[in-house]
Amino acid sequence: MIVRLAMRYRLAPVALVAAIVILLPLLFPSAYYYRVGALVFIFAFAAVGLNLLMGFAGQVSLGHAGFLGVGAYAVAIGPAYLGIPSWFGIVAGAVLSALIAFVVGRPILRLKGHYLAVATLGFGVLIAIVLSNEAGWTGGPDGMSVSRLVLFGWRVSGADTWYWVAAVTLLTGMVLAYNLIGSPTGRALRAIHDSEVAARVLGVEIARKKLTIFVISAVYASVAGSYLALFNGHITPDVAGFLRSVELVAMVVLGGMGSIAGSVVGAAVLVVLPQTFTALHDYEHLALGLVIMAFMIFLRQGIVPAMVQWRTT
Amino acid sequence: MAHDVILEARSLSIAFGGVRAVNEVSVSVPPGAVFSIIGPNGAGKTTLFNVISGVYAPLEGSVRLAGEDVTGLAPEHLARRGLSRTFQNLQLFSRMTALENVMVGRHRHESTGTLAELLHLPSVRRQNQRTREAALDVLARVGLEAEADRPAASLPYGALKRLEIARALASEPMVLLLDEPAAGCNPVETQGLRNLIRSIAESGVTVVLVEHDMRLVMNVSDRIHVLVGGRSLAEGTAQEIQSNPAVVEAYLGIDHSRESARAVG
Ligand SMILES: Nc1ncnc2c1ncn2[C@@H]1O[C@H](COP(=O)(O)OP(=O)(O)OP(=O)(O)O)[C@@H](O)[C@H]1O
Ligand SMILES: [Mg+2]
Repeated sequence: MIVRLAMRYRLAPVALVAAIVILLPLLFPSAYYYRVGALVFIFAFAAVGLNLLMGFAGQVSLGHAGFLGVGAYAVAIGPAYLGIPSWFGIVAGAVLSALIAFVVGRPILRLKGHYLAVATLGFGVLIAIVLSNEAGWTGGPDGMSVSRLVLFGWRVSGADTWYWVAAVTLLTGMVLAYNLIGSPTGRALRAIHDSEVAARVLGVEIARKKLTIFVISAVYASVAGSYLALFNGHITPDVAGFLRSVELVAMVVLGGMGSIAGSVVGAAVLVVLPQTFTALHDYEHLALGLVIMAFMIFLRQGIVPAMVQWRTT
Repeated sequence: MAHDVILEARSLSIAFGGVRAVNEVSVSVPPGAVFSIIGPNGAGKTTLFNVISGVYAPLEGSVRLAGEDVTGLAPEHLARRGLSRTFQNLQLFSRMTALENVMVGRHRHESTGTLAELLHLPSVRRQNQRTREAALDVLARVGLEAEADRPAASLPYGALKRLEIARALASEPMVLLLDEPAAGCNPVETQGLRNLIRSIAESGVTVVLVEHDMRLVMNVSDRIHVLVGGRSLAEGTAQEIQSNPAVVEAYLGIDHSRESARAVG
């Protein structure tokens, strides 16, 4: 029934996620769960943005954590050295990420497939290196602390508060993503994914469309990075590292390329599983790797698309 | 804006690894006509389409569309000037529905900004509605209205061929290039295609047709241009072409030997 509703109403998956977000805390035995929930929502937000680029437009990025880094350090450096309020740091990070994506995207989005993957990888590594080398501003590999977010005199702190702030942000991000997908630009992006040459002969300016979605997905990642830094109160260059980029890609692929709800599921799986596996001590990463492999072998199209297919056939 | 020639190629050439796939080919297509280009396999027909539609840049020569020089323009810019095409090896948007495929064809007539799209403003809603209605009309024109919501990947081959035509038509082209639309179609579908091509031409859209089905070509074409080995061999009406000894020898001769080679092998 949920699947049928989701097909009839564009925003039904958002309503479903909203319901889960509201009901979930009833099951939370401790504040720790709010913390995990907030992390899921923050990463899901970044994954939704990356999915617009990867799952819809079909352009891979192995460097998206670079934008997480820009957003994270914008709310760290901005208030600490430039005296701007934290909320403005989020905006400044997003604008800066958009600019960087615009400048970097123009040349590298001409590349395809593996070449694009390597170029974006290089970009992500570059950002991570800058963040650890500019120790005067960033504190180097040890990172720096981040002052609390204050909104209209309201101090945003505590895992439960962040749970709600991150949830509302995620739901907003999902709505914007669904809006875009159902628009002329969204159709053009999906067309590019399936056949660039056909899209072009129908008048789609593919370079411009790819750049647009690269910039939008960079802004999603940047905002997520800012939230992560503000939530944790501390940030290190690892936030922009290659492993983080791979993790974002894994969330998108695991949840389902081209499925917005899938990105939320993918983020939930990849944030929650490592927490539950900590009991396995040394075998934690091994278990996680096996689970990811199993998902990919048995649900290659991703969790949510596989569920939808199962329900409709 | 009246022209005697809507699409003109002037001694176009293109080479792949030193071999000229299209060699000094000139064609002049009158507006509103069905203009066919025929020739044996490997004659350079698809390559000529690729050059005309901007997918490849020519080595030499020029292309004029509605009196303007458009040589070397990118496909997306040619599309905006009213040139559209289909592909011999289907290039559908397989993850999208039939209707969505045709809606993409409306792209050049859509004019919403990205911010409005993200916010799903009323202007976007209205645009989607207009695009949808126009796309449904075109789908009905090719007889696919019942398949509107089916994923393109799930449609049978003959339907996909028509879907590509619908998608190209949705862009409201001035000139439409069709690359082997009848390939793989049964006689009934081919007859439907003939009527569709005529109706497209009668609606004022110039059709340039590449096709191996000679009955269809002879039946539907106002003029026929013959390519062999990348070069122009002849041009004329169906009757002129059918009775041209050089065409009969070069074109049918090669086809025959291929046919018998296939029968033997
Ligand atoms: N991208 C390419 N790279 C190299 N060679 C090419 C390319 N495109 C076409 N050719 C060559 O150019 C020649 C003409 O090919 P083309 O596809 O235009 O023929 P065609 O007339 O459309 O044939 P068919 O009737 O089989 O579709 C062939 O020899 C082909 O191998
Ligand atoms: Mg061909």
